[in-house]
Amino acid sequence: MIRIISILVGLFFGVALAWSFVVGAVTFAQEGKPETAEHAFHEYPKDLHLASDGAFGKFDRQQLQRGFQVYKEVCSACHGLKHVAFRSLEQLGYTEPEVKAIAAGFQVPGLDPNTGEQTTRPGVPTDYFPAPFANDIAARAANNNAIPPDLSLITKARHDGGAYVYSLLTGYQDPPAALLQEFPEAAPGTGLYYNPYFPNLNLAMAPPLMSDGQVTYGDGTAATVEQMSKDVSAFLVWAGEPTLEKRKQTGWPVLGFLLFATVLAYLAYRSIWAHKKAKH
Amino acid sequence: MSFPWAKEYQPSHPTMRWLDEKLPLPRLVYNAIGAGYPVPRNLNYFWNFGVLAGFCLMLQIVTGIILAMHYAPNALVAFDSTEHIMRDVNWGWMMRYAHANGASAFFVVVYIHIFRGLFFSSYKAPREMIWLLGVVIFLLMMATAFMGYVLPWGQMSFWGAKVITGLFSAIPLVGEPLQTWLLGGFAPDNAALNRFFSLHYLLPFVIAGVVILHIWALHIPGSSNPTGVEVKTAADTVPFHPYYTAKDGFGLGVFLILYCAVLFFAPNALGHPDNYIPANPMSTPAHIVPEWYFWPFYAILRAFTQDFLFIPAKLMGVIAMFASILVWFFLPWLDRSPVRSGIYRPLFRKFFWFGLIPAMAVLFYCGGAPAEEPFVMLSQIASLYYFAHFLIILPIVSAIERPDPLPYSITEKVLGEDENSALAPSAVPVEKSDAAPAAS
Repeated sequence: MIRIISILVGLFFGVALAWSFVVGAVTFAQEGKPETAEHAFHEYPKDLHLASDGAFGKFDRQQLQRGFQVYKEVCSACHGLKHVAFRSLEQLGYTEPEVKAIAAGFQVPGLDPNTGEQTTRPGVPTDYFPAPFANDIAARAANNNAIPPDLSLITKARHDGGAYVYSLLTGYQDPPAALLQEFPEAAPGTGLYYNPYFPNLNLAMAPPLMSDGQVTYGDGTAATVEQMSKDVSAFLVWAGEPTLEKRKQTGWPVLGFLLFATVLAYLAYRSIWAHKKAKH
Repeated sequence: MSFPWAKEYQPSHPTMRWLDEKLPLPRLVYNAIGAGYPVPRNLNYFWNFGVLAGFCLMLQIVTGIILAMHYAPNALVAFDSTEHIMRDVNWGWMMRYAHANGASAFFVVVYIHIFRGLFFSSYKAPREMIWLLGVVIFLLMMATAFMGYVLPWGQMSFWGAKVITGLFSAIPLVGEPLQTWLLGGFAPDNAALNRFFSLHYLLPFVIAGVVILHIWALHIPGSSNPTGVEVKTAADTVPFHPYYTAKDGFGLGVFLILYCAVLFFAPNALGHPDNYIPANPMSTPAHIVPEWYFWPFYAILRAFTQDFLFIPAKLMGVIAMFASILVWFFLPWLDRSPVRSGIYRPLFRKFFWFGLIPAMAVLFYCGGAPAEEPFVMLSQIASLYYFAHFLIILPIVSAIERPDPLPYSITEKVLGEDENSALAPSAVPVEKSDAAPAAS
């Protein structure tokens, strides 16, 4: 009895699926797969090699400092970094007085101690990076109706994050003629910029790194657009996960211990079972 | 509830004798996972995964309790408190990665454990109750994992909660009010987040309770084994300790190496980048996908694209998704072959390796892929096979199959001979499935 019911239930699901399949297959055969501009022209991030990559990766502090300089002088006008505290910048190799000076260079929200009114004050190391806009409405109003995302986690919130940021910064170009021909509606609208590394190809952010020498590096590195893009990507990889280096450094002794313990456990297992296994 | 030859707990120290009289807890442990539990001597490495699943449960509970000390279940601050754990709490990043990847590890281990049960028919008499409780544990795990994924309140948390609770809205008449009641609102918000946190903290202890029943039920018939032939004599068994504690120790070591390699060197590989974007009800992600361990069932849900017999496609998908797991409850009665082990079942084995396993692999892949062709058609074919396998093929195969000859005993299988086999009738093609071996 249970087998008859079971086979009937199986047939019920089977026929429902077969019906869905037939309708889907006929539709697919007639209409095919609609081609989209995103599918045809979106490109995967370029290769980017950072010192922090790989199982032995360590941050290149010099590069992180350069990247921070690019963030501070260019990106921070529109993009926040709200999960990062100024004190964390000591991990980049800045000294305590340097961090204090950097923090004091930012105005953070505060209260007037006499009147209780909202005001701003110079930052201290325990403060977090302030938001560039008072709220989302202000951000939209200033940026052609787009909200510049906070960059604290941008490299973890995108596939292949570091390479994505680098590709986006160096990927601005004129829309290819083929795109305009095949998908006229995908042409960048007013205030939008074509960038094949952005998921829907048209980005509201104007190219932020326009010319070589836009920032002046303290360590004498030539500030090409390429170099600045790499440096700020490296900095944002750090900002996304400041504990990345510690994580990798912790992993090796853990694995070493486990390997040793597992070998011991294997030998114990073999010795305990020695007389229970087949002799031949 | 053990074999007559099981060793008895004999405390030597006066303190332990005193304790044994008042509260025989050490005796319970001794009989459950100590020398007092005789286990078949021929278990292969697939039998390591029960202990590993128990380890994963404890790992999740310990890391979860620590995370709960720093996490704030409020929609305004949940995302930020998760980042606070990652950046400012001492070793917080390790706890969170251990917990997130611990969930994946738990599902890997449990999927292998279930696969073991399916291939060696561990669900058959006299072990039906162990299997039924196991399916209950699996369902509880899925609920717990789903609610845990909502807690960081990222984009996938929010939209995952919306899609999954939206499944209930497919139920006729009561669907919409039911979804609103479950969420405590019309969309996931603070009320939903708070109750998910509460239940995410509660359910693991419910799971632990059902695990105790699962192990209790296991100790009545004793463990199954790769031959599927029941234990006959003391020679067929070894005491759990030290034989299987040693083997499980080695298995645990291998597991931890793989787990820690992911934890320390690729902790985000199994997650979705969108969950590092704070939840935003105004912006729908391009592809809403659940965590990898739900992909096969998500593929079955999405495979139903057409209304069928007045049943809307969405409702069909929801029914099928739940049915795909509920069908496991009926396995002990659908598979009527008296032979347990797939090793001695030539026809079953073919359908298992060339039907069920490829179908599951396709469902896994399609569940994580976007809902477009050819993935929809592939998941329709694979879902069709999945249901056919359990509901049609298994009952028929188990009726018509001619199993291969079974060994006389576990000892004969391991050593090549068993002196007792000479005493037995020469032709023993099939063992009686309900020969309960043990009495207490």
